[in-house]
Amino acid sequence: MKFVDEYRDSDLAHRIVEEVDRLAAGKPYKLMEVCGGHTHTIYRHGIQQLLPGNIELVHGPGCPVCVIPMGRLDDAIAIARNPGVILATFGDMLRVPGGSGSLLDARAQGADVRIVYSPLDALKLASSNPHREVVFLAIGFETTAPSTALTLLQARQADVPNFSVFCNHVTILPALKAILDSPDMRLQGFIGPGHVSTVIGTDPYSWIPERYGLPIVISGFEPTDLLQSVLMLVQQLSEGRCAVENQYGRVVRAGGNAPAIDAIRKTMRVRPQFEWRGLGFIPASAFSLRAEFARWDAEERYAVPGHRVADPRACQCGEVLKGVIKPWECRVFGTACTPERPIGTCMVSSEGACAAYYNYGRHALKAEAVS
Amino acid sequence: MSGVERLGEQLERIERVRKSRRGRFYLRDDFITMSHGSGGKATHNLVEGVFATAFSNPVLDRMDDSALLQLSGARLAFTTDSYVVRPLFFPGGDIGRLAVHGTVNDLAVAGAVPLYLSVGVVLEEGFAVAELRRIVESMKSAAEEAAVSIVTGDTKVVERGKADGVYINTAGIGLVRPDASVSAGNARPKDQILISGRIAEHGVAIMMARNDLDLETQVESDTGPVHELAAALIDRLGSDVRTLKDPTRGGVATALNEIALQSQVGLVIDEQRVPIRPDVRGACELLGIDPLHMANEGKLLAVVAAGRGDNALDALRGHPLGLDAAIIGEVRTEPEGLVASRTAVGGERILDMLVGDALPRIC
Repeated sequence: MKFVDEYRDSDLAHRIVEEVDRLAAGKPYKLMEVCGGHTHTIYRHGIQQLLPGNIELVHGPGCPVCVIPMGRLDDAIAIARNPGVILATFGDMLRVPGGSGSLLDARAQGADVRIVYSPLDALKLASSNPHREVVFLAIGFETTAPSTALTLLQARQADVPNFSVFCNHVTILPALKAILDSPDMRLQGFIGPGHVSTVIGTDPYSWIPERYGLPIVISGFEPTDLLQSVLMLVQQLSEGRCAVENQYGRVVRAGGNAPAIDAIRKTMRVRPQFEWRGLGFIPASAFSLRAEFARWDAEERYAVPGHRVADPRACQCGEVLKGVIKPWECRVFGTACTPERPIGTCMVSSEGACAAYYNYGRHALKAEAVS
Repeated sequence: MSGVERLGEQLERIERVRKSRRGRFYLRDDFITMSHGSGGKATHNLVEGVFATAFSNPVLDRMDDSALLQLSGARLAFTTDSYVVRPLFFPGGDIGRLAVHGTVNDLAVAGAVPLYLSVGVVLEEGFAVAELRRIVESMKSAAEEAAVSIVTGDTKVVERGKADGVYINTAGIGLVRPDASVSAGNARPKDQILISGRIAEHGVAIMMARNDLDLETQVESDTGPVHELAAALIDRLGSDVRTLKDPTRGGVATALNEIALQSQVGLVIDEQRVPIRPDVRGACELLGIDPLHMANEGKLLAVVAAGRGDNALDALRGHPLGLDAAIIGEVRTEPEGLVASRTAVGGERILDMLVGDALPRIC
C-alpha cells in the first residue's frame, strides 16, 4: 500500500537500529514518546524489541482518553441521562470507567450514546434530529480541538439550537512541563507528538532544550518514523547537543497550521486549571468554550454533578503516565485490571500504555525476563 | 532490589497474568452491553460464563462451531446462529444470504456436508412485505448454491419498536465425512496455518454501509459458502486437515486465539503473508482497527499437518473462492495458548482476541 509500506521496510528499520546501537555505544537512554499514537505504533510493530537493550522507551501522557479524570466522565454520563439527549462521542470513550460505570453501561441502561467520527457528524445528527438535544463530548489535544472549533463556528453560523459541546480539550505543553518538574523525572529526551505539532508547529517546544537542556524530536507515526526519531535523539545526545528537531517534515511546519490555531482561539479559552487523570490539577492545561459560545456550551446548559472522583487506590495510572513505573509494575496490571474490565484509563484505549502493553508487550517481556 | 529478585518478581507476575488469561471465562457484568455481542472476549465470557456452565454436557463442552452427534452409526453436525445485521441490505449481500451462509459454514468447518436448514423469522410490525420477499428470495438462491434444503421454519411478529425490521435464526444439520476429523483442539506443533482469501471485507463493507465512514472506495461483503473449499481440503488431505474455522465476528485473530487455547499450543503468523485488499487495509488503517479483528463471512481458516501446507494451498487455489489463499503461519509449542504475529518491520507482537467492540481510535 502506497505511503504506508515504504515506512515499514524491514531492511531500512534494521539499518537505522544498527546506527542507533553504534551511536548510543551502550549508554542507557530513557526516551519518552509523548503521544499515545506513538505508543500504539511501538507495540503494534514490536519496535521496543528491535531497539538495543540500553534504549528504553517510556510512554507519556499523550493518550487523550487516558487522561480524562473520572469526575468529568461522570458529568458526561449525567448529561447523557437527561431525557431527550443524544450524547455523541469518539468510539474509544465508551469503555472508559467513570466513578460508577462507563458510557457503554449508561447506554445499556437506556441513555442514547452514539459513536461519531468527527464533531461535524454530531452537528449533522442535531440537524437531522431537531426534537432532540445533541451533546458532543469533546476530548483530545490540539489534534482534535480544531475540528471541535470549526464545528462550533458552523453551529453558530447555521444557528443550530439543539447542539452543544461538553468541552474536555487539553493542551500538551503544560503536561510536559509537569513531567519535567516532577521530582522522579529521569528522562534524556522526548519523541514529540506528530499530530499535535501539525497544528501548533515546532516553535512552541523551544523552552524544552533552552530551560531543561533536553532534546525533542517531533515524529511521524510509522515504524521507521519512530526509529528515525530515536536515531535523531541519540545523535543529539552523543554529540552533546539539545534542540527541537522535526522528523515529520512531510507534514509538520515550524509555525504550525494558522487557520486551525485561529479557529481554536475564536471559540475556546484556556481554563485556569484542569484535572488530569493520574497527574492531578495542572494549571492552564485545558480549554473551555468562550462566553460568546455559551449557547453551545453543555456546561452552561446542563446541571452536572461536578464531583471530583479520586482515582482507585490500587490504580497506578499516574506513575505509569509519568514514566516512573512500567505498566507491568502496577499492582493490578493484568490481574484485577485488564482491557475487558479496566480499573484505570491506561488500560482502556488501545493507545493507553497499559492496554498496549497488555495486548502487545507481554510476549516481549517474557522473552526479556527469560533471557 | 537486586537483579535476581527483580527478575523473579517479573516472572511471577507474568505467570499470574498467564493464569488469569487461561482461567475459565466469568461473566462479571451486571448488564448486557454491545461488547457481549462483538464475538470477542466479552462474548466468550457470556457464552462460557452463563450458558456453557448451565447446559454443560460432553457434546457441548467441546465448544466447536457445530455439535457432533453420533446417531446409529452416522456422525451428524448440528448448529444454530441468529442474524441481526444492520443494514439489512449491504454491498455484496443481505441478511438472508448471510443467514444461510453462516450456518452452512459452521457445518462445513465441522468437516460435514451441509444438508438441511431451519429458518426462524422475527418480524417487526410495519416491515415491508416487498423487502421480506427480497430476503426470502436471496435465502432461496443461497440455499440452492450451497445445495441445502430449508425443511422447517417459524415466524413471529412483534410490535413496532420491539425489533429492528427482521431478525433471522437458522439451524442446520450436516453429515460429517468419514474421512474428516477436525476440531479446534487438534492443532499440533509444526502444523501450518492457511487462510482461503482476502480478509476483513465483510466488516469493512458493513461499516461503510452504515455510513460510519465516508470513503470513495466500494467494498463488498465476502458473504459466501465455504463448504466446497472445506471439501476440497478434506478430499486432498483427509485427516491431515486438523482444524477448520470460519473467522466471522472477532475476525481471524479471535479464531486463531480459540485454536491456541483449545489446542494448548502457540500460533505464529506472518502479517505480511495475510492477504488483504489495499483499500480494505487502508480503511482499517484510517480507523485504527486491526483488520485481523474484522469479520469475514466467506473465508476458511485451516490448520493442516506439517509439510502439507503446499498441498492444501493447491487444493484451495483450485476453487474460484480460494484464488487468493495463502499460508500465513505455523503452530509452535510456545507461547502456549497465545497467538504471536510477526510485523512488517521485523518485530513480533501478541495478537489478542478482540476485546469489546471494534471501536475506532480517535487519533
